[in-house]
Amino acid sequence: MANDWLMNPALLMMVAGLLAIRLPARLLGPLAVITPALGLLMLWQLPDGEHGVVSLYGFTLTTLRVDGLSFVWGVIFHIAAMLAGLYAWHVKDRMQQSAALIYAGAAIGAVLAGDLLTLFLYWELTAISSVLLIWASRTARAYTVGLRYLVIQVISGLLLMAGAIIHYRATGSLAFNHLGLGSPGGLLIFLAFGIKCAFPLLHNWLQDAYPEATVTGTVVLSAFTTKLAVYALARGYAGEEILITIGALMTAFPIFFAVIENDLRRVLSYSLNNQLGFMVVGVGLGTEMALNGAAAHAFAHILYKALLFMSMGAVLLRVGTVKASELGGLYKSMPWTTAFCIIGAMSISAFPLFSGFVTKSMILTAAAVEHQWLVWTVLLFASAGVLDHSGIKVPFFSFFYHDAGHRVKEAPWNMLLAMGITALLCIGIGIWPDPLYAILPFPVDYAPYTSYHVITQLQLLMFAALAFCVLLRNGWYPAEIPSTNLDFDWFYRRLLPAALRRLQSFVSALDRGFRSGAMKLLDVVLAKLAKSHGPGGVMSRNLSTGTMVSWLSAFLALYLFLSFYW
Amino acid sequence: MKSADEKAWLEQPATVNKIVYAVWGICALLVVAEFFYEKHPHFGFDGWFGFYAGFGFLAYCTIVLSAKALRRLLKRSEDYYGE
Repeated sequence: MANDWLMNPALLMMVAGLLAIRLPARLLGPLAVITPALGLLMLWQLPDGEHGVVSLYGFTLTTLRVDGLSFVWGVIFHIAAMLAGLYAWHVKDRMQQSAALIYAGAAIGAVLAGDLLTLFLYWELTAISSVLLIWASRTARAYTVGLRYLVIQVISGLLLMAGAIIHYRATGSLAFNHLGLGSPGGLLIFLAFGIKCAFPLLHNWLQDAYPEATVTGTVVLSAFTTKLAVYALARGYAGEEILITIGALMTAFPIFFAVIENDLRRVLSYSLNNQLGFMVVGVGLGTEMALNGAAAHAFAHILYKALLFMSMGAVLLRVGTVKASELGGLYKSMPWTTAFCIIGAMSISAFPLFSGFVTKSMILTAAAVEHQWLVWTVLLFASAGVLDHSGIKVPFFSFFYHDAGHRVKEAPWNMLLAMGITALLCIGIGIWPDPLYAILPFPVDYAPYTSYHVITQLQLLMFAALAFCVLLRNGWYPAEIPSTNLDFDWFYRRLLPAALRRLQSFVSALDRGFRSGAMKLLDVVLAKLAKSHGPGGVMSRNLSTGTMVSWLSAFLALYLFLSFYW
Repeated sequence: MKSADEKAWLEQPATVNKIVYAVWGICALLVVAEFFYEKHPHFGFDGWFGFYAGFGFLAYCTIVLSAKALRRLLKRSEDYYGE
């Protein structure tokens, strides 16, 4: 078809985002829910294959590609946008409503992009639109954090562009298919994806920025950027073995930070990072089962992570803080939010009958089938860690434990409805995974509910829960205390600025030294000149005629004398 | 009406004890279950008696206690970065 590039749900979302700038405030909520619903219908109508082929300055761009991989991401991105829209129904801030729609649209456009240039444009748009959700907090801190976030996201985009150009010059094609790590272009693009996917040491933008966004903004942020990166890795680097190592590291290291972190939205950000690790391992394994697992886990994860961020957002809205050290006993005031949070916690912990159980296990099984015993053990270890920070810590310290005395209203109806629907989806996927399995990229040959799987998983989780009881009752569980924990961002928030300040003061000292040295030299020269040329100086003395005549006679005498001998 | 200093049902020590005993009970049942199902271990070591139970307990303790130790190295005041 000639003009089917207009049939792109991403464009619909972005047009709605622009509309939100002008629409009456009471229509913002409905717009944020109805638009993604229409977008989902559009996506469902599109036949598999490449659409929206546009020629631009001699490049052939495929703006719309529907296949097994992009479809499942497209579907969950629409669902996430709908739920986030409902959760933010009451928000009258145009900046947030508009940014959320454009951001979701850009993420949808990126997963549907069939070429690297289209991908790059949407990639950068996700960065620019999402930062507004952080700045919408309108605090000085959010402004600084947002700038840091934007710089890192834009660097990712520039790497993608540079990589795409090199790739194009080497292959003559901009098509976004398997890229591999064998070429310089492929390496740069890998790094670009790695930044957005929060690879270890490239991860801190996530824990830095997400907890600073608005109540509703964090829910939106949690869904798109990082899962877009997982999609891009699955498209371009499936089966690259280094991803298995990177992913395993990603599942493991954030759990330690999550245990000692006090801000519960930051705990969830570390937890998000850890969940991404499971997906990255799946992509790295690269088998059909592993890629199915990565896609299914991304789908389930977006829902339960959104649910957890929604529940903490409701707490933040009502209590004004999500610091574990200042919370406790909220189940009395917010019983529904408590219940939904627990459902999210059980889903992420992968209890049987909840969504994580039927998706995460596909990745672990795929690792076992590939005889990756070490990776499998790390993933199992990380699963116990997930139970701690997201399964127990987040609900326990906010809604139970010591009553901090907050007596607040339950969350608004739209937030409860959004949480309720998300919770239903989490349980629905857990009980009846077949519809999700049906839209995965490859045919699924996996049965999650075997007695072996159910019992072993329950053993793992319940004994970990038992460990929690033992540690807590003996006073060995680390207390929740207000603190900042150093992470890799220390290098660019502390060390680098300090080093630059040092360098600057060194350079300015050097500069001062040179200047004062030069000034001293100049002074000495001037003094010398003043001595010789100044009043009474040798060079400015008036010599008498007599002296001159005597010198002349002396020279003549010398001349005469010498002329006798030569 | 409950008086202000009276703790809610869920916070009374007796209730908390019951919950903890229930966790112990469930764990005991899960160990007993070891005798009653067919194992399909992938590697060998994951088929050992009570492997998942022991692994879950030890992994959890390792994570929490080492994170607690990590605090000595990583913990700074809340306004460390001065933002």
